[in-house]
Order: sequence, then C-alpha cells, then structure tokens
Amino acid sequence: MILGVSIYEILTLSTIIFFIGVYGFVTRKNLIGMLMAVELILNSTALNFVAINKYLYPDLIEGGIFSLFIIAIAAAETALALAIIINLYRLVMSLNTDNLETMKN
Amino acid sequence: MDSSYTILILLIPIFTFFLLGFNFKRIKEPTSGIIGTALIGTTALISYFTAFQYFTGAMKGAIVDGVYQKVYTMNTVWIEFSDTLHIDMGILIDPITAMMLIVVPTISLMANMYSIGYMHGESGYTRFFAYLSLFTFSMLGLVLSTNIFMIYIFWEMVGVSSYLLIGYYYNKPSAVLAAKKAFIVTRFADFGFLMGILMLGYYGGSWDFKVLSDLGFIESLQQAYGAVFMGLSVITWALILIFMGGAGKSAMFPLHIWLPDAMEGPTPVSALIHAATMVVAGVFLVARLFGLFHFMDDGAALTVVAYVGALSTLFAAIIAFTQHDIKRVLAFSTMSQIGYMMLALGVSGYSGHDGLGFMASMFHLFTHAMFKALLFLGAGSIIHAVHSNYMQDMGGLRKYMPITHITFLIAALAISGVPPLAGFWSKDEILVAALHDNTLIFAVGYIVAGMTAFYMFRLYFRIFWWNEPNYKHTPHESTNTMTIPLIVLAVMTIVSGFIPFHNLVTADGAHIETHIDWATAGASVAVGLVGILIAMFMYKKENTISKRFRSGFGNFYEAAFAKFYIDELYMFVTKKIIFAKISAPSAWFDRNVVDASMNGVGNGTVWIAEKIKGLQSGKVQDYAMFFISGVVVIAMLFWFFI
Repeated sequence: MILGVSIYEILTLSTIIFFIGVYGFVTRKNLIGMLMAVELILNSTALNFVAINKYLYPDLIEGGIFSLFIIAIAAAETALALAIIINLYRLVMSLNTDNLETMKN
Repeated sequence: MDSSYTILILLIPIFTFFLLGFNFKRIKEPTSGIIGTALIGTTALISYFTAFQYFTGAMKGAIVDGVYQKVYTMNTVWIEFSDTLHIDMGILIDPITAMMLIVVPTISLMANMYSIGYMHGESGYTRFFAYLSLFTFSMLGLVLSTNIFMIYIFWEMVGVSSYLLIGYYYNKPSAVLAAKKAFIVTRFADFGFLMGILMLGYYGGSWDFKVLSDLGFIESLQQAYGAVFMGLSVITWALILIFMGGAGKSAMFPLHIWLPDAMEGPTPVSALIHAATMVVAGVFLVARLFGLFHFMDDGAALTVVAYVGALSTLFAAIIAFTQHDIKRVLAFSTMSQIGYMMLALGVSGYSGHDGLGFMASMFHLFTHAMFKALLFLGAGSIIHAVHSNYMQDMGGLRKYMPITHITFLIAALAISGVPPLAGFWSKDEILVAALHDNTLIFAVGYIVAGMTAFYMFRLYFRIFWWNEPNYKHTPHESTNTMTIPLIVLAVMTIVSGFIPFHNLVTADGAHIETHIDWATAGASVAVGLVGILIAMFMYKKENTISKRFRSGFGNFYEAAFAKFYIDELYMFVTKKIIFAKISAPSAWFDRNVVDASMNGVGNGTVWIAEKIKGLQSGKVQDYAMFFISGVVVIAMLFWFFI
C-alpha cells in the first residue's frame, strides 16, 4: 500500500499501459516492436494482480505469486520469440511483417 | 452311403471356370476344350450316379413307403431373419432335380464336345469354354437349390452366363444388342420374381422348399389369407409374380422377345442354353412350387400358367412358319414346345392319375432337351458347312452330310410326334392330360402338334432336299467331335421315350398308372403325319407353291414374318411412352431442380468464400485487431445488457 494512492489510480495506470500495449501490437510493423508491446500488456496485468492483492486481500499472497509467474513466463517467451526472430531475419533479411506473409496463399 | 459327395456336382464346374477363366491366355486351343469337356464329363458321371442312387432308393431317405421324398444332402443357414424365415445354402434332391441332373450335364457335355470342333480357330476359344463351365455351374446350382432365394441367386447367374455367351462375338454389334436385350428383358421379368419371393417370405413365412411343398402348410396359408385383390389371395398374387420371372426365362408370351435374338450366340450355346436347359428353368420353377400353384385359390395361378403356355405355343408356331433363318425357326419352335410344357403343368392335377400333366410336362422337358439340342447342333453343323444361317443358301445337303442328315431327320420326326421316338410319348401324355382338363387348351395343343410337324419338315426338306444352290465350297460332313454328340443325342432321342417316367417323376412322388390312350395318340400322330406330308408336298422339290401361299395370306403372312410386331410394340412403349413421357421429364426435373439446388449450395459457398477470403491476410496485426474488436463488442454487450 502506498499512502495517498488509492487502487483506482493504480488500476487506471495499468489500463493505460494495457491499451498502449494493444495499440502498439496492432500498429507496429516491426517484430521487435510488437514483442515490446506484448511485454507492456503482460506488465499491466502483473501490476493489476499485485495491486488488487495488496489493496483488497492483504493477508493473501497468490497475487504476488501470479505476478512472479507472469514475469518468468514473459522472460521465457521473449527468449523464444527472439530466437525465432533472429532465424527469420537470417531467412528473409527483414523484420517487417508485410514481408512475412508467404504462408497466406 | 453318405451323400455329401453331391457337392462335387457344383464344385467341379466352378473349378473348371476358374481354371480356364484365369488362364485364358496360357491355355491354348484345343487343350482348353479338352479340359472343359473332361471335367464336365466327370460332373456328368457324378450327376448320373446321384440320380441313379436317388431313383433306386440307395440314397438315404430317398424313398419312404414307395413315395419319393425331398432329400437335403446338405443344408446350412446362411442369413437368418427369423426362426422360420432364413436363406439357406444346400443341396436338395427330389425327382425333378434328379431328372435335371441327367438333362443338364448330358447336354452340357455334348455342347462342350461339339464346341471343340465348332469353335475351331475362333479367337477367345478358352474364354468360350470358361463361360460354358460357368453356365453349367449356375444351371446345376439352380436345380439343386433348397430354397427359393438360392434359386434366385443361381437364376441371375444363368442370366449372366447367357448374357456373356450371347455376346460372345462382342465385336459384332447385333450380338451385343441381342445380349443386352436378353439380359434386360429377363431382368425385368426377374423384378416380378423378386417381388413374388418377398411377398411369399413376408406373408408365407418360409422360403424352404420342403416347407412350401408341405400340404398342411399350404392348407394353413389358404385359410390364413382371404381374397385381397380381384378375388385372389396375396399368396396367389405372389405366385403369379414368381411365374412372371419364370415366363421371362422361359420366353413365354409376351416376354419372349429376347429368345430369337439370342440366336446371335454361337450355335452350341443356343443348343445348351436357349433350347435345352436355361429356358426350361421357368417350367422347372413352376414344377418346383407345384403344390402351392395347384392348391392356392383352387389353382388360379396355375390357370394363368396354362393359358400363357397355350397362347405362347400357338403364337410361336405361327411365327415359325415364316422365318428364313434356320436358328430362328428352331428358336420359335423351342418357345412353342416350352409353351407345351407350361400348358401341361397348367392342366395338371396333384396326385394319382390327375397328376398326369405334371409327369407329362417333365417328360416333355426331358425328351425335348434331347431332340432340340440335337436339332440345334445339327443346325450348327449345317451352318458350319454352308457358312450361312438362311435356308435360301441351303438345299440338297443330304448327299454331302449323311450323319447330320440322319440325326436331323430323327430329331425332326421326334418333335413331330412320330412313334416310337421320344417326342411321341411325351406329347401324347400332354394331350391326354389336356383333354381331361380343358377342351380349349387341348384344341390348341392338337393344332400346334400338326403345325410343329409342318414347320420342322419345312426346315428339313428345305435344307436337305429342294434344289442345290451354287455352293462356293462343296459342303462336307463335320469333324468327329461334332458328329459324335449328334449320334449320342440321336440315340437318346430314340430311347428316352421308353423311360418309365410315371414311376419316377410325379407331383407327389408316388407312382401313377398310365396307359396309352390310342384315340388321342392316333389322332396326334395323324395330324403330325398330315403336317409332314404337306411340308413334303411343298418343299421336297423346288416349286412355287409356298410363294403362292405366302401371297394368298398377304398381310397375315407379313405380320407373322415380323413376329406380330411385338418388338415394335415394346419399342413404342419404351421409347415413345416411358422414355419420352416419364424418363425425359424426370431427367429434366433431376437436372434442373435436384441437381441445380445442390449445385446452387455449392456455388453459393464458393461465391461467399471468394468474397471473404481477403480477411485471411496472414498478418498477425489484422488477426489481433479482429480479436480485440470482438472483445470490445462482447464487453459492450455485457456493459449494456447485464
């Protein structure tokens, strides 16, 4: 709990981060940019978990544990995604999603 | 002795078929002919042995209290519908089967032996013998069947073998058409047969011949089913439908149209299938179900059989007067004689002296098989010598072909009913039976006896006497493999009249007493001799009497020559009425409504897919956009409605 800051401010912040992430995911053409946007979405969720746990159920710790899981999985996912991106770059020499639609037809 | 050896009667011919059929490129002429003849000969020996065992009572259960019983040498349930209704596979031996076990293998053996010489140099020599074996198998299976469904299976198999053999010269369009015609007409008739079988199974509750010929069972059916339609019970209608199948196979009016065309097949085939064995399957079927035919509704179905037989016999005899193709004359003669057998069954009673018609019919079936096969094989020998089917190209052949001449004469005398040859005895019994029952049918039979003598001797004198045309090659007698069957069958024609049929083959299995009715016999011989003398007067020397007769009859002659336009009538009914008025509109409906609606569904799907396939962009952002929009929409719904 942070004195002078209610849960509403924190949830508003996480919502803003979430939609920035969504906006970024939809608009970025670069794969790295999209990956970063996904990270933002995940972080906003983790923030939600922690805030709600702390403000509403101070005796429990599940919210914190979930945030840890999210961070761990996000790290693993990023590692995997970067490996794919590097291989993809070697293959097509580009990270622009417009050039990555060969499986469409 | 255990009688399960009877299965060999079926196994050997089907083995021959597979042996020759699968190796038709490897086995060459004349090996295949000799193999076929030898194996069918073996079958014949086993069949004779079986018949001998049965008739002498050596077979277990064959004779009980002096009455011949139906013996199942083996029987297994194949498909079971209920406790009483099941399709079995087995072997039944009773008097008529035992008789057919003599007829079928004998004629088949003779046709096989004859074909070794007759088919010399034909392409597909081995194929021909394979088909003959298939036919022999099917026909023997038909006569050995234990139930009506098994008969139906073999019934279709003889139809197929007949189709294959008529269409043997498959590069000849007329043969192909004739094969199709034979198959379609008999198939159409078999539709009635199948309906009859199903009705009999549904209402009668059994297909088994032992049950169906049991008098107590028939009595219970008679009491259970009253009149349903036109004063006849449902069982009688089933029998009439079954008879329709029989009439199709036996070329009875009006389902006879395939038989003359079937003469496109090789002549041994005509002798075997279209004279002696397959075409009597209808007679055999009626005889097989004779108890039902006779007792249901006081024999209403049997009356139908009698009149159809009488009409066919007269009808065919008239047409036989006018034909020029010798095989067609014989084909109409066959139809006429089968009509004779049918009418004999139709006028028959069940037991004692009343059952004379049944005995006479079976007797005539037996003797007719012998002399008609002989006539066909003789005709084949003649055709082989002069390379033509038409009697215009023949004449004076008695000098060139002595054996064919003598054997043909014996057969012609036999069919004309001249004593002491086979045809006299059986035809006399038929006329006696008809006289006891129905004067009209007797009159038809009597007139046809004279007509038969006339058209057979017209054929005989026209072929062997008359004037010699200018032969391109001098005709010569056929080879031994062809003349030996002629001699064997001629001997059979002479002796088979003396077989004591009244002790062996009767409707109820008991002996009946017969005696020659000299008045009827004398009258029938007299009318036969008159027929022969008229034919001799008209055809022994070349003259114009027949031409004058022809112009005297005018239109009637033309109509008879055109087979009374029955073929044209069929063509009119099928093409102008069924095809044009029913088939064409339903084809239009099918194409423009049924197919069109189905195609519309398919085309609509394709059209929609074309329109929306742009959505499948392959870009993750687009998919995410759709996803998010969906989430937003659902969130909105929750927001406003809950």
